[in-house]
Amino acid sequence: MLKLLPLIEHGIKKPIWDCKMCGQCVLHSTGMTCPMTCPKTLRNGPCGGVRENGNCEVKPEMKCIWVKAYHRTESLPLPNSWREHYNDLRPPVDVRLKGSSSWINLFTKRDQWLPVGWKARIENKANRVKK
Amino acid sequence: MSKLRDRLENTTDLVFTSEFPTIDGGGMDQVEKGVQRLSPWFLAVNATDNTSAHAHASNIAIAIALKDRGLEPIMQIVCRDKNRLAIQADMAGANLHGIENISLLTGDDVTAGDEPETQRVFDIDGPQAINIASILNAGTYMSGRKFEPAPNFYIGSVENPYAPPLDYRVQRAAKKRSAGAKYLQLQFGYHPDRLENFCRGVTQVASDLHILPTIILLRSAKSLKFVNERIPGIDVPQSVIDRVEKSENQSEAAYQLALEQCKIALSLPNVRGLHITDFRHDDTLERLMLDLGRTPNNL
Repeated sequence: MLKLLPLIEHGIKKPIWDCKMCGQCVLHSTGMTCPMTCPKTLRNGPCGGVRENGNCEVKPEMKCIWVKAYHRTESLPLPNSWREHYNDLRPPVDVRLKGSSSWINLFTKRDQWLPVGWKARIENKANRVKK
Repeated sequence: MSKLRDRLENTTDLVFTSEFPTIDGGGMDQVEKGVQRLSPWFLAVNATDNTSAHAHASNIAIAIALKDRGLEPIMQIVCRDKNRLAIQADMAGANLHGIENISLLTGDDVTAGDEPETQRVFDIDGPQAINIASILNAGTYMSGRKFEPAPNFYIGSVENPYAPPLDYRVQRAAKKRSAGAKYLQLQFGYHPDRLENFCRGVTQVASDLHILPTIILLRSAKSLKFVNERIPGIDVPQSVIDRVEKSENQSEAAYQLALEQCKIALSLPNVRGLHITDFRHDDTLERLMLDLGRTPNNL
């Protein structure tokens, strides 16, 4: 079953979101729009090349995924707990997870792994806020 | 201490920065020419990183050459061509040479350049790169491996307040501030209302973020049309093109447009100066600076 899960996940998410199986899904915080479909795979918002009509710098026929994400975050009936994470600083992708099931990685918390320095900065910032 | 940091953080003086011309052949003589031209007017100058996705002499090599000649560099690092290891290596190398000002950008896509068949990297993005510089400032690489003594980077970035989604650009600036950016050199643009909304927004959510809007010096309506058609993320309204095209002296009209843009930008909140990019390569740069009340070698 564990071996089948990535296939099932891909079977569902590919047709709906053009899922790239990064293994660390953030759809819930990006207005149900997959940032890995951005040609630059940007996970922290749009680049400066978005065209006047809201389309992509690289693929002029495609709507910028971050323009979509922004409008969907505003307009879709999403839980506030998802919506409020829209502007979070998402860490760099862990390339080792590519092709694995983000459902399993969510369950095992493997998708929460962070490089030591990145994690320390989050903790230091949190401590500063407390003080 | 970096003069840029000192000026932005400890004074209310205006700060003017510029873009160092890209260097291909021509050797150090070419670098020398650029330094001679820009030194009298600019506190710090960007050492770009394969700007517009064209290969040139590297960011770090230019930054070192500028520093050696007494012109303070702002070393750009772009995410298009380097993975996270190479980006950290750029930062470590900059620190080794005493380069403090670094500016982290996502970067144009490879399709904007003359080798569009290239593999694009984008292993990380601009906000992540800013955060990595902050991690180094705290004394470790991203892995947690020690980097001592910790560098003292004065971290900056870029934002385009003129491109959709317009309402989100302020939040993205706030995200960059939270990751560690202290100043933003903005993309240039031709919608002053958007610039104003952006600056007012930044005042609300990141009041200590210094903004340096970019103004470019162009020569004609033809160049404005080129920008409009060829540079993604920059829209030039027809009325602006008409204003230059229908004037008797296009060169003068283009200059007056830039001067007007400078004055508008300087009147906005959180704007601490300007980033001037010269695509005319004539005596207009000097004229602009004088018209803005600057005097040479008085930075």
